[in-house]
Amino acid sequence: MLLSIVIFLPLLGVIAIALLRGMGASAIKGIALAIGLLTFAISLGLYTGFDATTAELQFEEKLAWIPGLGTSYHLGIDGISLWLVLLTTFLTPVCILAAWNSVEKGLSGFMMSLLALETGMLGVFCALDLFLFFVFWESMLIPMYFLIGIWGGERRIYATVKFVLYTMAGSALMLVGILTLYFQNGNSFELTTLYAKAGGFEHSHLLFLAFFIAFAIKVPLFPFHTWLPDAHVEAPTAGSVILAGVLLKMGTYGIVRFCLPLFPEAVTHFTPLIVTLAVIGIIYGALVAMVQPDLKKLVAYSSVSHLGFVILGLFAKNPEGIQGSVLQMLNHGLSTGALFLLVGMIYERRHSRMIADFGGLAKQMPIFASIFMVVTLSSIGLPPLNGFVGEFMILLGSFLTDAFSKWYVVFAATGVILAAIYMLWMFQRVMFGTLDKTNAALPDLNAREVVVLLPILLFIVWIGVYPKPFLNRMEKSVGLVVTQVRQETAPAMGHAEKQSLRDSELVLREGQSETHASKTDLQQTQRARHEMSEGTSHLGVYAAKRRYSGRSDLPIATPYHK
Amino acid sequence: MSLGLIVVLLISPFAGFLINGLFGKWLKGKEKLSGWISALAVFVSFACSIIAFTSVRGGGGMSGDEGILYEWIKGESFAFNIGFHVDALTTVMLLVITGVGFIIHVYSIGYMHGDSGYTRYFAYLNLFVFAMLILVLGNNYLMMFVGWEGVGLCSYLLIGFWYEKQSATDAGKKAFIVNRIGDFGFLLGMFTLFAAFGSLDFTTIFDSADAGNFQQIFGASTLVIATLLLFVGAVGKSAQIPLYVWLPDAMEGPTPVSALIHAATMVTAGVYMIARSAVLYELAETGEVVAWIGVLTAFFAATIALAQNDIKRILAYSTVSQLGYMFVGVGVGAYASGIFHLVTHAFFKGLMFLTAGSVMHAMANELDMRKMGGLRAKMPITHWTFLVGAMAIAGVPFLSGFWSKDEILHSAWAISPVIYGIGLITAFLTAFYMFRLIFVTFYGESRVESGVASHLHESPPVMWVPLAILAIPSALIGLLLGWGGHNSWFHHFTEHVFPKAHGEASGNMLVFMGISSVVGLAGIAFAWIRYRERVPAAEPTHALHKLVANKYYIDEVYNAVIVQPIKNGSHYLLWRILDTGIIDGIVNGVAAAIRLIGGTLRRLQTGLVQAYIVSMVVGIVLFLAYYLFVR
Repeated sequence: MLLSIVIFLPLLGVIAIALLRGMGASAIKGIALAIGLLTFAISLGLYTGFDATTAELQFEEKLAWIPGLGTSYHLGIDGISLWLVLLTTFLTPVCILAAWNSVEKGLSGFMMSLLALETGMLGVFCALDLFLFFVFWESMLIPMYFLIGIWGGERRIYATVKFVLYTMAGSALMLVGILTLYFQNGNSFELTTLYAKAGGFEHSHLLFLAFFIAFAIKVPLFPFHTWLPDAHVEAPTAGSVILAGVLLKMGTYGIVRFCLPLFPEAVTHFTPLIVTLAVIGIIYGALVAMVQPDLKKLVAYSSVSHLGFVILGLFAKNPEGIQGSVLQMLNHGLSTGALFLLVGMIYERRHSRMIADFGGLAKQMPIFASIFMVVTLSSIGLPPLNGFVGEFMILLGSFLTDAFSKWYVVFAATGVILAAIYMLWMFQRVMFGTLDKTNAALPDLNAREVVVLLPILLFIVWIGVYPKPFLNRMEKSVGLVVTQVRQETAPAMGHAEKQSLRDSELVLREGQSETHASKTDLQQTQRARHEMSEGTSHLGVYAAKRRYSGRSDLPIATPYHK
Repeated sequence: MSLGLIVVLLISPFAGFLINGLFGKWLKGKEKLSGWISALAVFVSFACSIIAFTSVRGGGGMSGDEGILYEWIKGESFAFNIGFHVDALTTVMLLVITGVGFIIHVYSIGYMHGDSGYTRYFAYLNLFVFAMLILVLGNNYLMMFVGWEGVGLCSYLLIGFWYEKQSATDAGKKAFIVNRIGDFGFLLGMFTLFAAFGSLDFTTIFDSADAGNFQQIFGASTLVIATLLLFVGAVGKSAQIPLYVWLPDAMEGPTPVSALIHAATMVTAGVYMIARSAVLYELAETGEVVAWIGVLTAFFAATIALAQNDIKRILAYSTVSQLGYMFVGVGVGAYASGIFHLVTHAFFKGLMFLTAGSVMHAMANELDMRKMGGLRAKMPITHWTFLVGAMAIAGVPFLSGFWSKDEILHSAWAISPVIYGIGLITAFLTAFYMFRLIFVTFYGESRVESGVASHLHESPPVMWVPLAILAIPSALIGLLLGWGGHNSWFHHFTEHVFPKAHGEASGNMLVFMGISSVVGLAGIAFAWIRYRERVPAAEPTHALHKLVANKYYIDEVYNAVIVQPIKNGSHYLLWRILDTGIIDGIVNGVAAAIRLIGGTLRRLQTGLVQAYIVSMVVGIVLFLAYYLFVR
């Protein structure tokens, strides 16, 4: 029941606000914030009750919904969705508090949209039935449409229509994909049975593309990204925070949840194309971010760059890469969310987001500048803040993988340099230099704003310094995804890797006499073996099911060499 | 050695940072308190370092699992720890960082007096010491990298400390970005090491590296690639060709910062890294690359220093040049000598920066030595201490620089006489430009503007006492630790850390010492002849002079070839044309096309029944015609 409560409590809040609309602004805000905080508090039960030692789904709920259609109300989370659920329940009250004084008209509608959006997002992360997933996926578009279209900036209609239509174009493809899977799954939308059939679908390349394009638009992966800067620039602060913090993660989450485990062969086939786009996105997003005159656009393009890292890590198909990507989803939600909050705070004071309008704010607003600095550093990926841990794991995984060439990593790592350039240049122009007269009366952050930002800062430091609680809860689930996506990848192993694997086995077999023979090779073989056994031991429910369903001809776990 | 000692050593400056950082507002009126808290924090670390040092001398130390504090980044197939490694090399670095660091903290109390960012300054300075300690204490490359990035951040913050000044924040940004280019190499180097060893722990890597036989990566042996990539990091951090450009600009920061970060400690991190990785560089045989980059940088930077008139810039180029010597040392396999030069340099260069600060303090922040002259009369202590530092760097016999520089040159001779030769020429240039600075600044007629001259004064005790204290090791530490050359105390102390240096003890050491002394003294004499009574010209007199005075226009070239193309290309080509024009154009084009098609088709829905009937009849006729005649 816990998941249902967490998902639908915000919807209850929507109804409550609808009924009590006449009660005045502070009551509405109070209700919204209370609901947001309560949802977060309850969702913490998911954290404490989560069993990190298994890859199985937890907090599962299953009710027949429309049995004739083969769909059920099936919810559950694993170590990956857990974090996205918590990120959502965490960011929503933050947004409500951030929007405290900035909504001038239609406050109740605003808060209702925000809470309804929360329900939609949480549903997406918890649904284990494709039909249910699609319902949540589409339902979250509606409140977002309103948030941008009503409370947005000047070109809000253009931006919101672009956002919705673009997403819907992807959704249409995904719907076709979902229906095709439905018929190949014995007329059922059940995800767990689909996992058991993974790798055996007809038209798997087209199916993969149908899902992947829908998600790539959401991420957004270069070149599907142009809706993002428009949507961000026009969206109100809370909208931007949710958009960057959570909505983009629905794309990467979809890839982990559907594309990787369901179509391993297609993943291998499309990996070169996708990682190329990801690396282009990293560099391109950073370079375009660098020359933006508008703070929000800068942050928006930086998201294109950051999300490129996440995609890269996912397609590395090893524990380092995928775990790094999942962590980086969280990190990006926190850091970029915080950046949008900060930009919103300065916009409320100055009614401008143009970098050229600022300068010297460090003198006038020292608290603002200090917090901005920490968030900037987190975004740059400076250790020991959160962004570094994620980026490091992603790049390490991508370097070690046999899925693509190391040259991708060389290019991707230039993103580390570029991030420093665009962020520090922006920071310099906004915070340093002499204070302009028009900005001389800007007040520093007030207590409410500090309260909004402090929890995010806490996590930025926590994940950077002691990421263990985060990493160990996702470890098993990531391991399962790795096993799933590796089912078909053995033939794709590069020549060089195969060669070295053979060599190291040779050493193992013949090396007894040659005592000086490579210790390292030995170690590597041991490492590969270790992974092999690990790979078998963390197989979850699905693999077991797969064995029962008579597809035991598939290799259960493919050892891979690094 | 207990883990607790190291934790206290490390945490103390961090505590100082937190106090000054968080309660800065409250400390605002209590300037002295803020500064002394900060200095005390470093002193605690210094005391702990001495304990650690005596423990290591007694055969103690910390390595492997015993130094692990906690698991940091861990997954199924990888684990990176927060852990410490303490050996002779570590303790040498610890003593330099906390010892020189403490003195500079005390000096800063006087130097920064009255600055509105007083507490912020000490917060950053403490944070720097903390990060630098992480860098040298870490027991794996990742932790070294954490410190590496941390000191880079503090350097950025402190260079741009006076953030209202455009040139200061530009310099800070430049430092960070250029360092990041190096870090890019360091990062890839770590990945390569991990790919080869499955770990980034020093003990694991160094123990298994003995075996040799490595896989190929990027078309060469893993170890060669890894060491070269790590060296890219060192080139950035330690300001070598081609990434040295940030260090001269870094002089925009407060002078004690230049002394601590940009002379004594942070910039030597690259040298430390290579010394730490000595095993790898020996196996990969990439040391020669290091030595060549080092010697070329040493020479190149020294030539630039010849034609500068800003005393801090001269010292900055001198630092770049001396760092080059250190790389020659570790590059030719004389690791102990490289580190020994690091130590002596920390003292004499730190001292010279602080004396430069003392001059600035008296001269209302004037840095151009053409506007000085004859300062020794008004500032005797500053003059004498500066003279000690200059003699040490010039290689005057028996002062500290003489010993360490000579060891490096001696070892270089065995590897390559060319490197030795360039190093020797550089030694001459060093002595010359340093004494040019001395004679123009402290001797001759006073050219001080009258407004400044009236309150020209010796600095307060809180500043000159640190100068006097630093002058002692600057003069004597070489003699104490370096007597005996390759058999000195310092070499014995560090002998377990480094692989046995090759090419030592070829040729008679006394001969080398003699040559070095003559060269150094000749440089001083030449400076005396040229600048005893003369002031450098206001404008460069001929083409070569102009080229050197303008630092070979390297900054301009970088700007024209790298910075501007990237900036303009991103703005026009990527953003305006590709992003807004083409990609978004296609997106909106698709939408427009659909709207157009819809709009056209809409006209069919006229609502006129007659029109529908006509189209129906036409349709039926066409169908009939098709079925009757075509099929």
